[in-house]
Amino acid sequence: MRFIILIFWIVVINTSVFAQNKYFTKQGYISFYSHTPVEDIKAENNQVLSIIDISTSEIAVTLLMKSFEFEKALMQEHFNENYVESGKYPKANFSGKILNLEDILNGNNKIAEIMGSLTIKGITKPINIESKVIIEKDTITLKGKFMVAVADYNIKIPAIVRKNIAEKIEVSFILTHQPYNR
Amino acid sequence: MKNLLILLVLLGFTYILNAQELLDILENEIPTRTEYVTASFKGTRIINGHSIENRKKGILEFLISHRFGKISTGEEQLFGLDESNIRFALEYGLTDDIMIGLGRSSFEKTYDGFIKYRLLKQSIGEKKFPLSVSLFGSVTRKTLKDYLPENKPNFNDRLFYTTQILIARKFSESFTLQITPTYIHRNSVQIDDDPHDVFAMGTGMRFKLSRRMSLNAEYYYTFNPLVSRDVTNALAVGVDIETGGHVFQLMLSNANTMVEKAFISETTDNFFKGNIHFGFNISRVFHVKKSKTITPTDY
Repeated sequence: MRFIILIFWIVVINTSVFAQNKYFTKQGYISFYSHTPVEDIKAENNQVLSIIDISTSEIAVTLLMKSFEFEKALMQEHFNENYVESGKYPKANFSGKILNLEDILNGNNKIAEIMGSLTIKGITKPINIESKVIIEKDTITLKGKFMVAVADYNIKIPAIVRKNIAEKIEVSFILTHQPYNR
Repeated sequence: MKNLLILLVLLGFTYILNAQELLDILENEIPTRTEYVTASFKGTRIINGHSIENRKKGILEFLISHRFGKISTGEEQLFGLDESNIRFALEYGLTDDIMIGLGRSSFEKTYDGFIKYRLLKQSIGEKKFPLSVSLFGSVTRKTLKDYLPENKPNFNDRLFYTTQILIARKFSESFTLQITPTYIHRNSVQIDDDPHDVFAMGTGMRFKLSRRMSLNAEYYYTFNPLVSRDVTNALAVGVDIETGGHVFQLMLSNANTMVEKAFISETTDNFFKGNIHFGFNISRVFHVKKSKTITPTDY
């Protein structure tokens, strides 16, 4: 019995004590870029939510697909209606762990290695991301890019526009976190 | 040993809980915002008539529509394909809510100009609104010289005005319904018993079959039809097929015309007697102005 209580306390402490060490943003920036010889397609989202828990090195990112803005209004409609089906799958999520956060916080490294899983259209795949880290006063900024294969996430491209849309999309991010006091 | 194992499992468990906890925090922080319902219909037309949808600012659409002859004419006329009415038009989004268009129909050599204004938008989230409402007005001018030289009508005699209130609701991702109260004014009529003002009620729907295809249907009921001709109500069924910058609409309809005053008040063929016309609308969209400029960020 005493042992169970002990475990209980470990669990409680494990989750609550470190809760003060969170950094958060809801104005993060994520853009994607599809390049083909025929057409370049760009879209950006300035309402990305991201949170880092420096006590556990964990990070989570979430965004609404409908917040992506395109240069061409019709493309935005097609993106939501036909490609990512944002009515059915409104969000994309990432959750993972910064493997070398301690090194970074000690100032020994400026490139974070992040391992986690990316969920788009209800499909979750493991992904490794490298990111620059800029620590200023009390903000933590992550900056970087990674590639996503559209086929991995059940995003189907019809034959007629296959030359216009790249198989791999470059995703860039700038996430400036501030202390989270709630 | 066993206890240690339990401890490890529990610690692992809290790790998972923690990751989920972070996502949950984000979930609660997502700001509530007003989200306008998009793609109630795919095109600016349901089939023959207008839908609540507009082309967005800076988009120019070239629209080519055909309605062939009656399928019931049989093999000799290749089921109506030997004859056709054509309308081509340029339609443009002045703002996200106002679009204008100019068209020419081969039927009675008719010119038409219209303006459509997106008055209210269906929305969810912070500010909810259950309906989309658009206002539509058009002027049509018949230029066919179907009169004797001595009876030459003046310019105004050949004008027709159509006013519509388009009211639609997207009930789900796959189903949208529209009703369309319509008022048509005819500056001149063939006989005195013909009404100058024709009132009609349109209904239309879209049912999404797949990501790029939908089944559409449309029916216009006329309350006070013309009496100089044996007119019927216009009925149409069709499919929308979407490929990138194009929307193809294929339809079967008892109307063989493509402007409001004509297909609503002057349709004479009976759908259920096989007097059906095959037809299509094809549009090509040009982005004249970018709706937003995105400058690539450097890392």
